[in-house]
Amino acid sequence: MAFKEIALNMGPQHPSTHGVLRLKLAVDNEVVISLEPVLGYLHRGMEKLWENLTYTQIVPLTDRLDYLAALSNNLGFVLAVEKLAGIEVPKRGQVLRVVLAELQRLASHLAWVGFQANDIGAMSVLLYGFEARERILDLFEEYVGARLTVHGIRIGGVPRDFDPAFVRKIERTLDGLPAKLRDIELLLNENRIWKERTQGVGVITAAEAVDFGLTGPPLRATGTRWDIRKDVPYSSYEDFEFDVPLGSAGDVYDRYLVRMEEMRQSLGIVRQALARLPDGDFTAKVPRILRIPPAEVFHTIEAPKGELGFYIRSNGTDKPERVKMKSPSFINLMSLAHMSRGNLFSDVIGILGSLDIVLGEIDK
Amino acid sequence: MPDRIADAPRLEDVLRVLEGRFSEAVAGHDFAKGELTVRVRTERLADVLRFLKAEQGFAALQDMIGLDRGPETAAGSKRFAVLYQVYRPADRVRLRISVDADEAEGLPSAVAVWKSADWAEREIFDMFGLRFAGHPGLRRIYLDEAFDGHPLRKDFPLQGRSGGL
Repeated sequence: MAFKEIALNMGPQHPSTHGVLRLKLAVDNEVVISLEPVLGYLHRGMEKLWENLTYTQIVPLTDRLDYLAALSNNLGFVLAVEKLAGIEVPKRGQVLRVVLAELQRLASHLAWVGFQANDIGAMSVLLYGFEARERILDLFEEYVGARLTVHGIRIGGVPRDFDPAFVRKIERTLDGLPAKLRDIELLLNENRIWKERTQGVGVITAAEAVDFGLTGPPLRATGTRWDIRKDVPYSSYEDFEFDVPLGSAGDVYDRYLVRMEEMRQSLGIVRQALARLPDGDFTAKVPRILRIPPAEVFHTIEAPKGELGFYIRSNGTDKPERVKMKSPSFINLMSLAHMSRGNLFSDVIGILGSLDIVLGEIDK
Repeated sequence: MPDRIADAPRLEDVLRVLEGRFSEAVAGHDFAKGELTVRVRTERLADVLRFLKAEQGFAALQDMIGLDRGPETAAGSKRFAVLYQVYRPADRVRLRISVDADEAEGLPSAVAVWKSADWAEREIFDMFGLRFAGHPGLRRIYLDEAFDGHPLRKDFPLQGRSGGL
């Protein structure tokens, strides 16, 4: 058949673009020749807004970035502010943050596996994933009263202590999760359709991935050992034993395997933390009005989506001079064009999903 | 957290290497809160970035940050600055390269060095109006092409302007 390039538009109101994202594609029959993401439909000017708010006022706004992992955003921003202001968080506060951040990683990955399978056509997995995630959101609701925009980490520590009853409730929730993960794996791991739609699809090599700035599970699926929790530990992650799951093929299937195993590691981290919660305060004493002398810091954490960073520059007042967010979804999405070229058009959905993007974080 | 560079030997090594190789290009450095910022002159920026990636193992450009010092910048100094946050995975060294820029001159693009500079430079162009020479497709990334102005400039009003887009 003669070569004919067709321009195709996907989104911004497409259910599989995970928000308002538009993709401009050029296809030859069903094969993708080129692809260009069009961003900005959700741009709220967060960075401009932050220059006009106090440090404390900014924290709840970070919930609205990656709204599937609000606690991770809170943690990333708050750690950068604490580094800038020289605030020491008590050990108990640090460990409680680890518990919250790892529960958030579980919730985020469970939502991801549900969406991803649903996008590829396995709808039942969505229900399994979301059912398991609900139990974690119940914990957040009990802790801070919200399920998604939780504002659950504050400058200096966490909003309140865990009492023994709450610790037992978390442990009971964790006890139920391995069986739920196994259910999902039984549905997918050896599923022929799943494997055909994911193996060898959206491949990127380790060297290309680093050059594109890819981080998080998509980078580790290429076999690159890169996890900020291990490499530049923060919030006492150095005290915990866990593995960094790695893939080898750098395809959509390996991204799935990496995330499933990461959830098991997160379960282990939360169990270790709850088993030996240090005594002491859950928060440091922080002045009501936080004025920070002129300085600059760049701090990153391992968020569920990848490496999340904040650059903050202070100017002596209670408001920052400049805040720049290093958004993992934004940077990971940049390599979509490279991963999709030469793949089938229908696989773009699976490749996009495998990057686990959230448009709230991309558009800022 | 070390506040003297002598307490951060790996960063001190990087600084010595850069000063040795580009003595005329390094305008100075700051070290605070365990982080090193090396100020580089615009003319040699491209060489410094290439050297860091090719010969010093800084495989990743983690982020690019635009700064606006405001419209009332003193004569002789430039209004904008761009920070390159680079990372060496082998020994987990993070380094910040800072370069001054103004709207008329712009900066050389880093896309040929790190692909991750592509969208980062488009974002800085969109938000600050700085141009990057040699970028493969420099255009706005968030805002509409018809939008007038660059929102992260200090003289752009927070509430927007009457009439808007």
